[in-house]
Order: sequence, then C-alpha cells, then structure tokens
Amino acid sequence: MTPLLSLERVTTSRAARQGRRTVLDAVSCAIAAGELVGLLGPNGAGKTTLMRTAIGLAAPESGRIRLMGDDLGRLPPSERARRVAYIPQDRSIAWPVTVETLVGLGRQPHRTTEAENRAAVARALAETGLEALGHRLATRLSGGERARALIARALAQDAPLLVADEPMAGLDPAHSLALMETLRRLARGGRGILVSLHDLGLAARWCDRVILLAGGRIIAQGHPRAVLTPERLAAVYGITAHFAEDDGGLILVPTAVLGG
Amino acid sequence: MTAAARTRLVIAALGLLTAALFAGSLLVGPAGFGMGESLRALLSGQGDAIALVMREIRLPRALLALLIGAGLGASGATLQGYLRNPLAEPGLLGISGAAALGAVLALYTGLSVAFPLALPLSALTGAIAATVLLQGLAGSAPGSISLILAGVAVSSLAGALTSLVLNLSPNPFAASEIVYWLLGSLADRSMAHVWLAGPFIVAGIALLALTGRALDALTLGEDAAASMGIDIRRTRTLAVLGTALAVGAGVAVAGSIGFIGLVVPHLLRPITGGLPSRLLPASALGGAALLLAADLAVRLIAPDRDLKLGVLTALVGAPFFFWLVWKGRRSLT
Repeated sequence: MTPLLSLERVTTSRAARQGRRTVLDAVSCAIAAGELVGLLGPNGAGKTTLMRTAIGLAAPESGRIRLMGDDLGRLPPSERARRVAYIPQDRSIAWPVTVETLVGLGRQPHRTTEAENRAAVARALAETGLEALGHRLATRLSGGERARALIARALAQDAPLLVADEPMAGLDPAHSLALMETLRRLARGGRGILVSLHDLGLAARWCDRVILLAGGRIIAQGHPRAVLTPERLAAVYGITAHFAEDDGGLILVPTAVLGG
Repeated sequence: MTAAARTRLVIAALGLLTAALFAGSLLVGPAGFGMGESLRALLSGQGDAIALVMREIRLPRALLALLIGAGLGASGATLQGYLRNPLAEPGLLGISGAAALGAVLALYTGLSVAFPLALPLSALTGAIAATVLLQGLAGSAPGSISLILAGVAVSSLAGALTSLVLNLSPNPFAASEIVYWLLGSLADRSMAHVWLAGPFIVAGIALLALTGRALDALTLGEDAAASMGIDIRRTRTLAVLGTALAVGAGVAVAGSIGFIGLVVPHLLRPITGGLPSRLLPASALGGAALLLAADLAVRLIAPDRDLKLGVLTALVGAPFFFWLVWKGRRSLT
C-alpha cells in the first residue's frame, strides 16, 4: 500500500554566517494510514523543519516528497490542504472567535455546502470532546481546551494525514494523556498521524513508531522499544533513563543527565 | 443569534445609516434650500442656482466622504487582519504619509496653482512611490514584522521630507497653506475630484475585499494559513495595493484623515464575531458612515470657521480610543 507521506533523502539548509548550514541531511521516512508516529529529538534537531518541509511550507533543496503518491511540489495548495492538515506549535488565536467558528476555518480548502461544513465541524468537535464548548470564545479557553480546539480545526479539514508540532507543549499530565489518547483513537480510525514531542515517556507508551532525529539526521526509526535504547538516549540527549514494561507497553522515565 | 446572522443585520443597519447620512450631507449647507427643491434640483438639473450648488458642491462632497470613509474602513480592517494586530491602521504603512508629501510638494512648487489637479495627481504619485518602496523593502520577506518595519521606515521618511518642505517654505502664508491642507478637509471639492479619486478607491476596495477568506485563515498564524492552502504573498500584495489605491487616492483629494481606519474595525469587531471576512464589509460601511457624520458635524458645529475634518476625526477618535482601552483593559492582556 502507498504510504500517505514519504520522504526520500530530503535535504534542506539555511543561510548561516559562512555559507549555508544543513538543517535536514538526507532524511528518509514514511507515514502510513492508521499509525501514530512520534517525532523525537533534542531542541534544534530539525523537527519543525522536517514537518514544515514534509507538508510543503518550505521547499527541500534536494530529495523527493510524495503525498499520497503524488509529487508534493506539483500539488496545488488547496489539494495539498485536502490531503494533509497541520497544527503548528504557535497556538495563538488573533481574534475572539467562537470555538465553532475556529473549527470551521478548517473547511477552507473544501468547496462544500454550508450544511456539509456544519456536519464536519460537529464531527470534529465530537472527536475531540468539545461538543459543549462550541459557543465559547476560543481565546478564553484553558491551554488544554485550546490545544484540543486547534486539533478539532485540523480534523475539520478532513485530511487523511495529520501533522502536529508539539501539541502537548505546556499541558498538564491529564491533558497531555487525554490528547495522546485522542491522537491514538484518530489513528485507529484510519488517519496517519505524525506528532513531534519531547515527553519520551508518552512517546514510548503511545506511539506505534518513533523517529529519532538529531543534528538533522534520522538516528533511528521503528518501534519505541527498538529505537529508545539506553545507548541512543545517551548519545542523542546525554541522559540516562529507567526502563520497565507493563500491560500498557514500555515505561520510560528519564533519570539523570550524563556528566562531562 | 449566530455571528453570521448578526453580521448581516449589522451590515443592513450600517447600509441604512450610511444612506441616511449621505442624504443628510446633501441637505446641509450654508444655502438653506428646502428638502424637496434640493432633491428635485439634484435629480432634474432644473432650477439654476440650486442645481449648481447641489451638483457641483454638495454631491461631490457627499460622494467623496462616502468613498474615502469606505476606503479607510476597509483598509483598516484588512491591515489589522493581515498583521494580526488590532493597532494596525492605514497610516502605518506610510502610504498616506507619502501621498501627503506628494500633495505638499505640489503646493510648495506652485504646481497646484498652475494646474488644479496637479495636487491630487502628485499625491497619487507619492502613494505609488511608497508602495513600490514598501514592496521592494518587504515584498519577498516572510512575516508581518518586516512589513510593519518597512512601513515605519517609509512613513518616517515621508514625515521628515514633509517637515523639510515646511521648513523651506518661502513665507508663512505658504507654510500655513500646507499645514491647513494637511489637516484634511472635504470643503470645496468638485466632481473632477470624484472622477479622479473614485475609480482608484473603488478598485482598491475591490482588491481588499478579495483578502477576506485568507485573513480568516490568518487568525491562526501564517503557517496554519499556508497549510490550509492560503497564498500569504498574494494576500499581502492585495492588502498593500488595495490600501495604496483606496487610501492614497483618498489622501490625494482630502488630505490626512486619521482614526477612522483604526477605530471603526475596533468598534465593529465584537459585533461581527471576530472573523476578518465578516468585519471587512461592515467596516467599509462603518467608515463611510463615520466620515459622512464627521463631515456633517464640521458643517453644523462651526459653519463659518472652516473646522477641518481631520481635526474633528482625531478629536472624536482619540477620546473614543481612550474609552476602548479603558473598557478592554482586561481582555487585552
């Protein structure tokens, strides 16, 4: 089966004081329908660049990106938006719009009737458990509710692929877990999801696969148990961790920073 | 009631208000004609003196207030939406400052005496020059900050050059003529002014109206909007060009009229529910209504003192802004 998204040796760079600095170095990976993939890596590893490049917000210097089998660069922006929805890390909402209006913005790429749009918005609100908050002002929501509302906005876009940049940042454990649960349920429902996160414990327990990025290169990818080894955590993050296992999967707790 | 229904209601109400103020603007003036004879003269062209006053003095004044006010309101709503900043206003980009500089140069060089339309044409040239400079400085750079900074730079340069012209003016009368023009007014404008500025303003508002959907998506930031298929660069070009045409042409015939582009979107945003695409048409009508009302007020408050329109909008606008800030202190943080 064709993956929803595939990157083949994608390289990007940005202007630096002397010449150019490579940000992504021959990155190859793929996301299939029905899987929840975690993108891990220290600050500055290139996670956001990888996501923005993968959905066409930044052009790669070389390499190939395919979205549902088609060359990403050749897709018109509105068709691209019907295939992949993106939730940037920036959670700001400029104007005091209601949650319903906010979620309705996700319908922009579709030329559908008002009734179809309303149905899609209602579905997205239900999938994120926000049915009761539809008439509230999005700018007045708590951090956790706002993160869910922004995911609902992306769901209303009705795209098979969802890319989210650190949606858990700044959320308390209950909201983080609830959000992870929502993402997993959406993946089980058939969507492909790529989510970047810093919480190794959440990634280890909830993601079907993880991609470990450092210095613009993919260090490893695969099942969390295979990727998140003590050696790699030491090399990439410079930390030690405690590993355990229970019915729910892998338990990973970072324990200490490696000295010198 | 949903925000969409409320917006339709607001637009209908503002449309009626604008129509009433437009009629009021036609009926108020130093020559006290009756309502019936004024309108008959306007429509039929019969009744020499009255028809002349109606068609050559009051009609152009009312039309210009309508058009310029709509341009200022639409441009303010668009720029606030594009820059995601409630403090944005048409003057921020330096286009009105540059248009004013063009007009001031026409006054200074005496071109405006030799050829009456030299002043608005020179002001339009200033607006175009500012737009080219703005696009050159910030055209390809991403992010709204670069556009704001370029606008501040253009605006400062235009302000400095205007001061230089004032500084070098040969005598106090020339200087005071320039200062009076800068204060902004719609008195003694002719249909020639309407024909000169009108098409530009209408074209500008049309360009601004094309940005509505993109501005809605920009509520969530540039990356989110781009991921929803919005072309950010096209949106910026439309916003800048639309402002240049609508506001540049307005300044060219009426001088600088402040606060309307800032206050009107503020006032209407809570009623229309926050989405820029709903605010835009409401703001255009609101701007037209406010400028018509202000122009009526200058005629009614001081019929023989030639109170300047720009002075009145600032005098009313600034305290109103005080009140907005006071009322919104908690929600602004």
